[in-house]
This record gives sequence, C-alpha cells and structure tokens, in this order.
Amino acid sequence: MSPSAANLHLRTLTELAQGLAAGEFTARELTESLLARIAAHGEALNAFVTVTADSALEAAAAADRARAAQNPAPLAGLPIVHKDIFCTAGVRTTCGSRMLDNFVSPYDATVVEKLSRAGAIMLGKSNMDEFAMGSSNETSYYGPVRNPWDAARSPGGSSGGSSAAVAARLVPAATGTDTGGSIRQPAALTGTVGLKPTYGRVSRHGMIAFASSLDQAGTITRSAADAALLLGVMAGFDARDSTSVDEPVPDYRAGLDKPLAGLRVGIVRQHFDAGLDAANAARVRAALAVLEADGATLREVDLPHLDLSVPTYYVVAPAECSSNMSRFDGVRFGHRAEGAKDLMELYCRSRGEGFGAEVKRRIMTGTYVLSAGYYDAYYLQAQKVRQLIAADFQAAFADVDVIAGPTAPTPAFLLGDKTDDPITMYLNDIYTIGANLAGLPALSTPCGFVNRLPVGLHLVAAPFREALLLNCAHRYQQHTDWHRQCPEAYS
Amino acid sequence: MSLSKEQVQHIATLARLSLADDEAGDVVDKLSRIVAFVDQLKTAPTDNVIPMAHPLNQTQRLRADEVTEGDERERIQANAPAVSDGLYLVPKVLE
Repeated sequence: MSPSAANLHLRTLTELAQGLAAGEFTARELTESLLARIAAHGEALNAFVTVTADSALEAAAAADRARAAQNPAPLAGLPIVHKDIFCTAGVRTTCGSRMLDNFVSPYDATVVEKLSRAGAIMLGKSNMDEFAMGSSNETSYYGPVRNPWDAARSPGGSSGGSSAAVAARLVPAATGTDTGGSIRQPAALTGTVGLKPTYGRVSRHGMIAFASSLDQAGTITRSAADAALLLGVMAGFDARDSTSVDEPVPDYRAGLDKPLAGLRVGIVRQHFDAGLDAANAARVRAALAVLEADGATLREVDLPHLDLSVPTYYVVAPAECSSNMSRFDGVRFGHRAEGAKDLMELYCRSRGEGFGAEVKRRIMTGTYVLSAGYYDAYYLQAQKVRQLIAADFQAAFADVDVIAGPTAPTPAFLLGDKTDDPITMYLNDIYTIGANLAGLPALSTPCGFVNRLPVGLHLVAAPFREALLLNCAHRYQQHTDWHRQCPEAYS
Repeated sequence: MSLSKEQVQHIATLARLSLADDEAGDVVDKLSRIVAFVDQLKTAPTDNVIPMAHPLNQTQRLRADEVTEGDERERIQANAPAVSDGLYLVPKVLE
C-alpha cells in the first residue's frame, strides 16, 4: 500500500470516496485494511455476527475494475456493514436471535440491494439486540457488544454492533434501524452520527419487522455529510413496501454548508428536567450555543404529552411485535423444537426455545394489551395518546424548524446495570421515542464528553426535512470536532 | 396492577409461548411492572381524540392483482426445518 493510504480507517466515507476517485488507494487496499482491523478487534467488541471477507474482496476488485474503465458507481468501493436485521441473499441473517440462527434469506432487502447496486461493499453483518428489542445490545443471542470507549459499558442498542464498529473505526459507515431510538441512542453512546429518516422515506422491504408503524431504516456514520451521501442512495419509493412514501428524493448534500442564519431552534423545557444527567445537560446547552453562534435563534417550545411517550410506545410497539412475531411457528423457517407431539406443542416449544427473555416479554405485553377486554383500555387509548403526541410536534413545528435536546439521559451505562428492571431500560429512550410515534426524521450528533464518555445532541424536524437536519448537524460539525474524536485503543 | 401466575400462563398460551418453570416467576414480576407502568395512560384525557392509524395519515396503497413472482418454492423451502415433496411437515393433526 502506498504511504498516502495509511490510516485509511480514520477517514470518513466522504474522504474515502475522494481518495478512491483520486487514485490514492484502491478499493482492494481499503477493504483489506479494514478487514484486518475487523480481524484484530471485531471479536473483543463482539460487534459482528458475520464477516463476509471473501465476497467483500471480490466486490472490491470489481469496483477497481469499474473505476479503471471510468464507469464507477456513486459509492464504488466504499465499505459498509449491515445490521443483521437486513436480509442478505446467500448470507445468514440472524436478527440477533436463536430463532434465526440458521436463516439464509433468498433475497436482499431493498436497502442492501440499493447500496450494493451503488457500489458499496458489505464487510459483514453487525450484532444487535434480539429482533431489535433492547437499548443495550444485551438481549442478543450472540452476546452483548462492548463500547469502544469503555469495554465494560454498553454501546447502546439495538443497533449496537453498527455503532461500535463505526466508533472503533472498523468501518466508516453502517446501516441501522430505529423503532424507538435504536439508531440515535447507540450513536450518542459511541460518539457517532445516527440518522433516522421520516417514516416511509426508506424502504422496509427485507428489514425484519419489529413494530411496523414505527420501524425505519437509517445510518450510523462519523459525519453528517456521510449520512447525506448514504441517505441519497437509500431513500425512495419501493413498491414492495406498502408504507413506502412516493416523494422525490432531494440532493441531501447540496445544502449542507448553508449557514444557520434564520433557523429557528426549539428547546423543550421538560428535556432538561430531573431525568437528565447534569453534566450531559451542560454539553447539550453548549451545543445549542454553537448553533446560535452560527445564526440560529433559540426559543422554547412545549410538548405537553412528552411524559406519556414511553408508556404509549410500550403499548403500541409490543402490540405490533406480538403480531409480527407470530410468523415464527417452527414450520416454515426458523428454530423448530425436537420431538413435539402435536402442533400446539410444536408452536409453543419452538417459540419458547427460539426467543430470548426480552422478546418473550414484549410478545406477552402485546398479547395482553390486544386481548379481549383490554384492547380499548390499552391499545386504543395508546393510539389516541399517540395522536396527541404527534399533534404536539405539529404545533411546535409551526413555530420552529428543528427541535434540539439531549439524545439520551446519561452517557453509556455499565453492561448489566439495567437488566433487572425493564422500565429503567425503557426510559433510556425517553427523548427519542417521540420522533418514532410521530413518524418524524431525527438525528444524533456527538456534542462532547462526560467522564470521557461521548454524549449526543438530538435534532428532530418536520416530515421529509432530513436535508435540514443534515445541514444543521453539518454546520455544527464545522465548528466542533467531537465527531472526529476516536477512542484511544482504536486510533 | 399485578398479574397473577394464572393470568400470565393464559397470556403465554395465547401467544403460543412455552415458559420454563424457572422462567415463570420472573415473567410474572416483570410483566406486572410493565403493565403498572403503561397503566398511567388510562388517566390521559382523550375524549374526542381519533386514534392514530398512520403517523403521516397515509392511506393504504393497493396494487394490481397480478402474478409478479415465479416458482420460488425450492429456494424458499430451503429454510424450512422439515419438508417433503414440496410440502411442510408438521406433527400429525388427525389420527
């Protein structure tokens, strides 16, 4: 490898694209250097379920040939990791569960297909909370992922393998999914950039469903510009997803540099109440001052039903989960119990053995809130409160362009710290869940450290205003270098 | 509110989940805590509020009723735990 190609792992996706275009290094060299890092660090972090070294090297060689023929695809040769919730044809897709330990999808998820067609090279599949149900990566059948900033701590979840791999500079970018905060919270806890687009902006086809009215695919990267690059490829209408939205895809990179003059930033008073770690709050306030210095104006907004967002979520999401998970029956695919005497026993034991404790709890919570006699009191009531929460956001966006606040209440917590009480774990997502309930785009960007652990700034916008979120985060990143900080052990 | 062991067993049966004996106590405890937590929704005033059906008020899109896939049986059944002659095998249903 040429000397100019040293330290490729420290470069962002955008910088790598420039280097490849300039012929500074080849896709093959880049792929080899990152595969070597994955081989060296992947196991200790437990960030990967599967590494696809052989197919990655082949794809890299193909990308180099295309470039030599002056016909490179837009992401030609750029490495990526897919959360193991995205189906990949011919490569095992486990969703972090024993249930799908041997599952090999016959097709690619639309997100995977679009990124591959654009030339991105898949290096592997990242570890995750089982079926994306968790906020710490501790519910994975394959064991917890470790946080590159402190191996005793959680990288967040459910996209914890993706966030850890990007933070440890094993890969410049990864896909993730976000149902209640599963991209943004792990991004905050690992010092990376997490983007959850508007509901329906990115296809859910081939993305194993958890809660279909909340799930959305997005990215974990090291800069807002990188997220803009990937979203431009991932977004768009897909006839194979019945909730995909048929809206034109703008050029997300075009307006990144625009100064924030005139931008109205909303601050929610309740976000800074007792639940938020004081040092964390100070970092977020400092970040708001940076936006202000770039021309934004800050004003208070009210989200009166904010306190009800977590309980609303923990009715709606388990209800949808319980319906979605009914497809796992031990008959068509997935784990099957041995020696069942009848069909009922086959269903119950296959599911009892195949699912972990948190997934079972959510299925049962969902079954309960949907069952006869309880449906109106829980599920219907939750969908009404959800409407109120969405209306709060809509009212706020009449006065402001983005709402800014903390992504998570604390920096990364110790593994094992919150596993005894599900409610403590659920409250981790208090600031992020509202965007899912209302279908809004949201982003987390690193905004400093508390006790040497990264914390995130959370930005939410009205539907389809991803470009504004990316512009806001990019400007912030021009004035700060928190997103450039690398954990010492991985520099 | 607290759920009884019998209630939890009934929910598990509805959900087609077998619970090991050593799991049951923990499930009763944690499920009770979750239900108590979501019970706070009951006090929210929601008179005349229409329950949300879709976050962006989109209606369900329909497609033409046309065959778009070929015969994929073998590829799809490659993931099945037990098949024979293109059929899925299950324990005997009728004697």
